[in-house]
Amino acid sequence: MQYLDFEQPIADLEKKIEELEGISSVGDGVLNKEINSLKKKVDALRESTFKNLTRWQRVQLARHPDRPYTLDYIELICDDFIELHGDRYHADDKAIVGGLATIDGASVMIIGHQKGRDTVKRTYRNFGMANPEGYRKAYRLMKLAEKFNIPIITLLDTPGAFPGLEAEERGQAEAIAKNLKMMALLKVPFVTIVIGEGASGGAIGIGMGNEVYMMENTWYSVISPESCSSILWKTWDYKEQAAEVLKLTATDLQELKVIDGVIPEPLGGAHRDHQKAAEAVKKQIKQSLTRLKKLKPEKLVEQRIQKYSGMGAFQKV
Amino acid sequence: MSWFKRKDENIQTSEKKEMPEGVWVKVPTTGETIHRRELEENLFVDPLSGYHFRIGSKEYFNIIFDGGKFKEIADDIVSTDPLEFTDRKKYTDRLEESKKKTGLSDAARVGVGKMNGVDLVVGCMDFGFIGGSMGSVVGERLGVAIDTAREKKIPLIIISQTGGARMMESVLSLMQMAKTSAKLAQLDQEGIPFISYLTNPTTGGVTASYAMLGDFNVAEPGALIAFAGPRVVRQTIGRDLPEGFQTAEYLLEHGFLDFIVERTEMKAKLTQLLKLILHKK
Repeated sequence: MQYLDFEQPIADLEKKIEELEGISSVGDGVLNKEINSLKKKVDALRESTFKNLTRWQRVQLARHPDRPYTLDYIELICDDFIELHGDRYHADDKAIVGGLATIDGASVMIIGHQKGRDTVKRTYRNFGMANPEGYRKAYRLMKLAEKFNIPIITLLDTPGAFPGLEAEERGQAEAIAKNLKMMALLKVPFVTIVIGEGASGGAIGIGMGNEVYMMENTWYSVISPESCSSILWKTWDYKEQAAEVLKLTATDLQELKVIDGVIPEPLGGAHRDHQKAAEAVKKQIKQSLTRLKKLKPEKLVEQRIQKYSGMGAFQKV
Repeated sequence: MSWFKRKDENIQTSEKKEMPEGVWVKVPTTGETIHRRELEENLFVDPLSGYHFRIGSKEYFNIIFDGGKFKEIADDIVSTDPLEFTDRKKYTDRLEESKKKTGLSDAARVGVGKMNGVDLVVGCMDFGFIGGSMGSVVGERLGVAIDTAREKKIPLIIISQTGGARMMESVLSLMQMAKTSAKLAQLDQEGIPFISYLTNPTTGGVTASYAMLGDFNVAEPGALIAFAGPRVVRQTIGRDLPEGFQTAEYLLEHGFLDFIVERTEMKAKLTQLLKLILHKK
């Protein structure tokens, strides 16, 4: 397990415990006592560290390479899954995956950004940065879901839509814009969950759910802290400060009334216990769908349009 | 020989090129000078080279609305500082400075009037105000523009010029993409025409929402139109960009614009288009 910089004191203690356990034999009272007291200490340290995370530390956790990704959640949450490929125009984007699945017997269309865990897979998934094909595939799958009256779940985890030459040429902006307009009018229940990084247009391009949730250690903003720093401070060095002022954490967004709730993660982050993280996500999906399935199609559209029409902070003079 | 280039070159926002002061104005592409009055009479387009100087909502409203007459709406909607955002400057100070410098209250205005006798709503962005960035006020004002077109059942034109979403409102700016697009979806359902008119530059979250959602996407010659700007794309791919990349002409060639129109022809051509779809003589 990879430790983040701020987790180093925890890592040190855990290493010490491991060493002591290595030399301790059964019945060694003194050593066992020492081990137990260290274990208590590390638990307390972990608790206090994770109770007082800075916004930048949350960003780091959201990017943790061992975090569960979309396909991990699908495997842990869904009973069966048929992945569907391609946008029917150009290609199959590997940075956005989607398909039909069931959750406790009920059909859903589940779509999400996909990152890779090792160097080869990371490149294969383009670091979770979709091209226009990804957004157009998501478009196709959402319309399919609507046709067959199947609820839609989207999982957001992207450092942004891919800013490449061909992506621009094939209409990255147009693909995202079309999705936004289409998602507003979908006649089926639609739930969005930020499971990692929610960077800008690339995230909201598949994220206009009737209900939107963020996991505890994720971020969602118009720009990454690094890019914000480089533009406003003219250097990459102010990412921590940028993260603070951007107010990009789950609790921030709940306070800003942009999201409907925060999904708790296991202590230490979702990567510490994939199963537990997935259970929390599943619970939220089921709760939301129970609520949304009671609404008629026109009501779902009306609710969604009202929700997004009401976004923003301004005053009238 | 680009192997020694700094890859993480910081993104610098260049000085904004507003209309220069003075009687004689230099054309940046040719270096020639032109008399300001002549330039004004030609709607700030250099008659020799066709270079389009950037103009704002005041000038566009003058061009589009008959006799320069229109009713401004949604101007009572103004910014707050929802995140209490501070970088090297306070957001509230940036707002105040921009207001003083431009005489505008935010980066978009909405007018209702007639274009060659056709009733319509025009939303127009102003690059001069914090880079024409889209925050809550721009989203709400354009939202009012869209709603007004829907209620009055009259066409809508949105003129874009922007660097994208306004960072100082973080996720609230991002949500304006969803907001404007949702309202345009409603407008679409009513069968009301929407022309998106893209001027230099139109980038970021605005391109990825209303600017690309026109029934007709029309641009000024030479306008930069992009999702990610050229600097970011160059950094990503690590090589030089093809000539003319992300210009209006390039987008037309790649299928994202219906046509390009010179500013001097814009009013006539958009009127012709609207009359065709409204079955008016």
